[in-house]
Order: sequence, then structure tokens, then C-alpha cells
Amino acid sequence: MKNKHVLPGFGLALGITLVYLSLLVLLPLSGLAFKASSLSAGELWNVATSERALASYRVTFGASLLAAGINAVFGLIVAWVLVRYPFPGKRLVDSLVDLPFALPTAVAGITLATLYAGNGWLGRFLEPLGLKVAFTPLGIVVALTFIGLPFVVRTLQPVIEDIEPEIEEAAASLGASRLQTFLRVLLPGVFPALLTGFTLAFSRAIGEYGSVIFIAGNMPLISEITPLLIISKLEQYDVIGATALALVMLVISFVMLLAVNALQWWSANRHHGREKVSL
Amino acid sequence: MSGQTTRLATAEPRWLRAVLMVVGLGFLFFFLALPLVAVFVEAFQGGMSAYVEALRHPETLSAIGLTVFIAVFVLPFNIAVGVAAAWAIAKFDFRGKSLLITLIDLPFAVSPVVVGLVFLLIFGAQGLFGPWLAAHDVKIVFALPGMIIVTLFITFPFVARELIPLMQAQGKDEEEAAISLGASAWQMFFRVTLPNIKWGLLYGVILANARAMGEFGAVSVVSGHIRGETNTLPLHVEILYNEYNAVGAFASASVLALLALVTLVAKTVVEWQMRRETVMLDTPLAPENVGQPSGTQP
Amino acid sequence: MPRWVSRIAIVAAIVLVGAAPAVAQTSLLNVSYDVARDFYKDYNPLFQKYWKAKTGETVELKQSHAGSSKQVRAVADGLEADVVTMNQASDVDFLAEKGLVAKDYAKRFPNNASPYTSTMVFIVRKGNPKALQDWSDLVKPGVQVILPHPKNTGNGRYSYLAAWGYALKQPGGSNKSAQEFVGKLLKNAPLFAAGGRDATTTFMQRGIGDVLVSFESEAELIAKEFGKGSFDVVYPSLSILTEFPVAIVDKVVDKKGTRKLAQEYLDYLWSKDGQENAAQNYLRPRDPEVLKKHAAEFPAIKTFTVDEVFGGWAKAFPAHFKDGGTFDQVYQSK
Repeated sequence: MKNKHVLPGFGLALGITLVYLSLLVLLPLSGLAFKASSLSAGELWNVATSERALASYRVTFGASLLAAGINAVFGLIVAWVLVRYPFPGKRLVDSLVDLPFALPTAVAGITLATLYAGNGWLGRFLEPLGLKVAFTPLGIVVALTFIGLPFVVRTLQPVIEDIEPEIEEAAASLGASRLQTFLRVLLPGVFPALLTGFTLAFSRAIGEYGSVIFIAGNMPLISEITPLLIISKLEQYDVIGATALALVMLVISFVMLLAVNALQWWSANRHHGREKVSL
Repeated sequence: MSGQTTRLATAEPRWLRAVLMVVGLGFLFFFLALPLVAVFVEAFQGGMSAYVEALRHPETLSAIGLTVFIAVFVLPFNIAVGVAAAWAIAKFDFRGKSLLITLIDLPFAVSPVVVGLVFLLIFGAQGLFGPWLAAHDVKIVFALPGMIIVTLFITFPFVARELIPLMQAQGKDEEEAAISLGASAWQMFFRVTLPNIKWGLLYGVILANARAMGEFGAVSVVSGHIRGETNTLPLHVEILYNEYNAVGAFASASVLALLALVTLVAKTVVEWQMRRETVMLDTPLAPENVGQPSGTQP
Repeated sequence: MPRWVSRIAIVAAIVLVGAAPAVAQTSLLNVSYDVARDFYKDYNPLFQKYWKAKTGETVELKQSHAGSSKQVRAVADGLEADVVTMNQASDVDFLAEKGLVAKDYAKRFPNNASPYTSTMVFIVRKGNPKALQDWSDLVKPGVQVILPHPKNTGNGRYSYLAAWGYALKQPGGSNKSAQEFVGKLLKNAPLFAAGGRDATTTFMQRGIGDVLVSFESEAELIAKEFGKGSFDVVYPSLSILTEFPVAIVDKVVDKKGTRKLAQEYLDYLWSKDGQENAAQNYLRPRDPEVLKKHAAEFPAIKTFTVDEVFGGWAKAFPAHFKDGGTFDQVYQSK
């Protein structure tokens, strides 16, 4: 309680945030809801729960979760290696991390499909093992992993850089093994950031279109993502149908994000329990 | 605390280091380096001269200019709002915080195609403000303003989302100390907060910047694709590719990858500059802080 | 602090104001589909020269290219196109419906308002190892067919309708047999490419599939990029005539006062120079003389139009490509 008014700028900062958020994000998105409202609830339900739509949610959300999970695990390792270990060419590797954003998604999709196709640099080794990547749902996971990679790494880097060596030293001097120190001291410290990175990678993956369609194969019911269905509606000049589908997707991802953020807030509060408990 | 022994106790065993490096770098190799190499291989398929020729095309040059302009233009907005949002969220407790964070995340979850559609629904000729805009001859969509607006939308979360976990982990003791010692709000911000968050801020800016330059889907919807006028580099890449001009397309794509590298070079310079300043400031007062900002071991 | 804030505000104001461009010079915006760029890149200078000689004016010609239906949606949403040059009547129909283009646009220019045509052909592996000669060979088990998404792309739709029309015109052909035929064809597609170009990359570069269904004009572009000897072109016994309708956007030209220019710009497509340019870009010219001159490049092929077999795009589109149409039906029953 007493902390609340010591620091200045709360009103200003929150005010700026809310105004900007409302103008740029909330108002436009409510335009979407407004447009979709010209459909009756029954029609909306039909659009949202058609067989193709349901299959596409499974593909989209399943592949996005898997990709975000892969990114969380490997992203943590990458961020750790980049911050803690010296090695030649580190700066170059570090700069590579942003590549997925800089490449237009279509280029990424085309390039990945070429790499993973049966005669590609990677595909020619994977296919004899029975692993078909390009033009299967697995290809979608690959594209989404590529797209989400920077989120986890870039979110973790500053936090790992910020870890004070004293904490690790203290743990070590109290007889903790390196694994114990990592699990009990370091991981809880970076966990909120890890979850943030996971959330961001996941939410980015849900909406991704450009890179996925080049590697997915786009077969109805199997490798068709929801954004492709939206495009398909637009191609028929069915703006309202497209809007409805977009709205459904938006609501689902909003609920999922809210859950992850609540989880994150809960874990952060637990970690910083000592300072926050008094509130 | 003799550095030698503590370092050993707080570092991973040699074999684990090796494993982590192999796994981490291997992952980067397969997911990032190979695609990048593939892009350059395609770009140089026609040899160096074809590559240079492709890039010197006036339409390519104008696309590069437009892309860089938009990225630079949205930068200050992203920084100001991102810092404000992170400050409110990380340093204060209020009701509905989770909701606010989720709303900030929302632009990520909206499919780029839908982002474009949303702004068409508002500013397009058949949209909410369309008739009014047409009557006053103001162009938003299919012109630069529309492209800037969608770029602001898609890059909005980056800085805030980068800063929130960082500021959260840092707590608020230092700022509170500054205030209780009589610092003004701006003094506190520039002397205490900003130095603490500079890396997170920089990472946020780098990401936002890369995304602003690379965005295709959303911008594509509101651009109108007019050559030499509203064609950004990613759109140009797509068009060239569809025209069976793979060399031109991948050459332009390689420029985007290089533009991202420029940001990284900027980061390195800033990093270096800051370390020098910190050393100069800190040396007489607190020798043990030397070199600490980077946080890395030698 | 306030100083940089105000600076940004000034820059923002300049950008926002500056974005509404003052039209100083006569300019014309041609909004078109994506592979048409090569054609207009050559055509525009021809017209500029012609216009300069005729009126002494210099005209600025602006081009916009992207996916066909995406482009007309943009025009409907306010992209100020003076003329649209598309690859499917359904796209121009949409603008007519919105009141931007005259309802009878197809009658305002000769040849159904399509200055050139093309047709769907097969691209097969060198030497045609699977001996694919006609549509009926494409539905045989074990043949992999590559085509762009039939529901979402122009080339895909033409391929779909071509196969449908072929099956319909076989002895005893009916809509039912045609649907079965097309269903079998789609079952032979291992993937649906994102667009025409992506289908080509998949077939040529990634080595997937035995046959690529594509525009005749595209075959020449493929030869340009991947080498002439790297594949064979097969002309089926019957295919679809693909038309590329052009139209003046009345609403825009009346506002900008560019009607005369727009009219001439499109008329000139039917001139000898315009027709010759079409042939140069591997598109079949309408002018019989020009066509004759290039007869070697355009082998005779029996074709049908969308109007003849399907009663026009206005009917074909909802029947086959809208949600619940024949394409969706193939994928409904698992």
C-alpha cells in the first residue's frame, strides 16, 4: 500500500498507454466486431464451427503451441549460450537471431520449403528417415518455429544479463550443485521472461500466414490453417464471413493469452513474494 | 571472494557447456543460418553483376527508401509508448493488469491479413470513415499514412513486452531510493531507470525495427502496390518472385537481412559507447563495478 | 523533452498532409494482376510514345500489381485506379456490382473486353516419362498433379474449370461425371500451391509432381528462368480459353477527368503494336494477322470459354468456388 505513491508517473504512463491502445488497437478491433455483428448469432456459429474451420483451429493452435514450446526450450539454451559463454563470432550469431523478422514472411516460407523439400539441403537427409517436413503439418511447425524464435531469445537475454552473480555465488557457497542452483535459483528468476517469450511466440504463430502457406501444402482438413480460410473467404468477396472467422480467432487467442498472462503474473508474484505480499 | 574459485562454482561443468553450445548453436544453424545462406545463394545465382543490377533498379531503390522511412518514423512512437506502458505495469499494482498486458499482446495474435482488413473496414471507401475521408480528399489507405498506421499496430507490443519482465525482475528499490533522495521524476527516469533498462529497450527497438521493415501481410493489404510510390521492399520481393525474377527477389530479400544487421551494428556501437562511459564514470567511485553493465564473463 | 515531441509532431503533420498528392501531371493508374507486369512494362512506353506523337502530352503511367481479386478489392476500397486489367471476369464483375465499372464493361471493348487470351497446358518432366497426353491421364492412380489452390487463386480456378469442361464434353459427360473426374484429379494433388509461381517452384525446383497445370504464357516464363530444355509442354485435346478483361473505372476517371486518356490507353491494346506486344509476351493476340505471324509459337488447340460451358463467371464462381461449392464438396466426405 505505502509503495503505491512513492514512484511518480503512474497516471501519465497508464494514461498514455490506454489512450494509444484504445486508438490504435481497441477501436479498430471493435470495428471488426461491429462488422461481424451483421451476421446473426446462428450464422456466426455456422461459420465458426464448420468442419473445415474446426480442423483449421486444430492445425493452427496445435502447431503454434508446439512451435512455441520448441522455441521456449531451445530459446532458453540459445539465450544462455549467447549471454554466458564466450566464443568466436558471437556477435554475428547474436545478430542472426532477428533474421526471422527481417525476412519477409513469404521469402522465409519459400526458402524453408526449398530447404525441407525432398530434394532440399535438409529434406534429402530427412526423407529417407521417413520424415516428410515440407507440405505436411510438420512443415507448419517448422515455419512457426522460425517465425517465433527471436521472441524467446530476445526476451530472455536482458533478464539473464541482469542476473546478479552474487545470487549464484551464494547458492554455490551454500553447497548447492550447479543443477540445484539452476533449478532453484536461476530458473525461477528467468521464468516470467521465459513465459513471456513463449506467449509472444505463440500468439505470433497463431496469426501467421505468409510463410506457412508456402510450406504447408494447404490440403483441406489436414494442413489448412485458419488464416488461409480467412483469405479464402476474402477471395470470394465474403468480407463478413472473413471478419467472423477473424473474430473467432481473435477471441480464442485472447482467452489463451489471458490465461498465460495470469499464470505469469501469478508466478512472478510468487517469486517476488517477499516484496509484494504486503500489498 | 576470490574470483577464481567463485567463478568455478558458479559455472557449468565443461562438458555441459559444450553440450549447451552444440545444442544452442546447432539449433540456430539449422533454423537461421541455413535459410539465410539459401537466400544469398539464390540472390547470387546470376553472379555478382546480376545481384548489383537487381539492386540498382529504381523501383528497388525507392522500395528500400520507403521501407527505411516507415521503420524510422514509427520508432519514437514505439519507444515512448512502450516505456510508458512498461513503467505503469511493472512498477505499480492495479486492477486489471493481466488484462492490460493481454491487450498489449493482442496485435501479435491478429493475423497480418486481418490487421490490414481491420483498417480497410475503418478507412476504406466502403468503411466507417470512408465517405468522409473521400469528401475531404484525405487518403489514408493505399497511401503512406495507412502503411504507417498498420506498422504502428504490428510493432506496438515489442518494446513494452520486452521491458515488462525486465523491469519486473529489477523491482523498484532503486527508483524509490532516488525519489526519497530528492530526485525529480525526470531525473529519476534518466539517471536510474533508463540506464537499467537500456538493453531491454534496445532489444525491443531492434525487434520492432526488424518487424517494421520485414512486414508483408498487413502492409500488403493497405499499400495499393503502386510501383515506386507505395511499394515497400517486402512487397517488392513478392512481386519480383511472382514475375519469375528470382535473382531480383532474393537480392532484395538479402537487403532486408542486411538492414536488420545494420540495426545490430548500431546496437554494438551503442554498447561499446556505453561501456566506455560507464568505465569513465564509475572508476573513481566504485572500482568493482567496472565492466559490469555487459554482465558477460570475459 | 518538448522539443523532440514537437519535432515529431511536425514531421508527422508533413507526412500526413504530403500523403494526399497533388496531381500536377496527367497520370494514369493501371491496377492489374501480378504476372501482367512484364506485359505492361513493355506496353506502357509504346503507349507513351503513341500519346506523345498524337497529343504532344507526356503521360505518367503508374502500375500496381498483386493477386487479381485482392487488387479489385483494393479498388473497391478506394485505390484510385483509372483502369483495371485483370485475369478473370469474376473480378471485374465484382467492381461492376459495386458500381465502379459499367455493368456492360465486356461490351465496351472488342472480344469480350479481353485484348489477348491464353489457355491451360501441361508442363511435364523432360521426355514425358509418364506419357501424359490429356486430362484423362492426369486422374490415373500414381500421377502427381501440381496446381495452385483451386479455390483461392486465378490459375487454380482456370485449371479446375478446364478439367471440369473436358470431362463434361466427353461422351456421356454430365455434371456428375465431371465432378467425379475433378475429384479424382484433386486426389492426385499432393499439395495446393499458394499461387501460380509457387506451383512452378514446387514443380521445377523441388522436383515434386509429374505434371504442372499452368497458363501457356507461363510456360515461356518458366523456360526463361529454368532453361528451355528442362521440361516439355503438352497441349491437351481440349482446354479452356482464358480471357483477361480490361475496364475503365468510371467513378475514378470521372472524378479525375481522365476518361479520354483511359479509353485510349485500353483501345491501344488492340492496335497492331499492342497485339504484337501481347505475342512477344507469349499471350495469344486477338488480331488474326498478328496471330498468324506468330503461329509457330501458338499451336492450334481446341478451347472452350467459361461463358460457353459454365454460362459465365457469375454462375461458375458460386457453383464451384464459393463455400459449399463443388470444390468444398470433394473435401467434405472424408
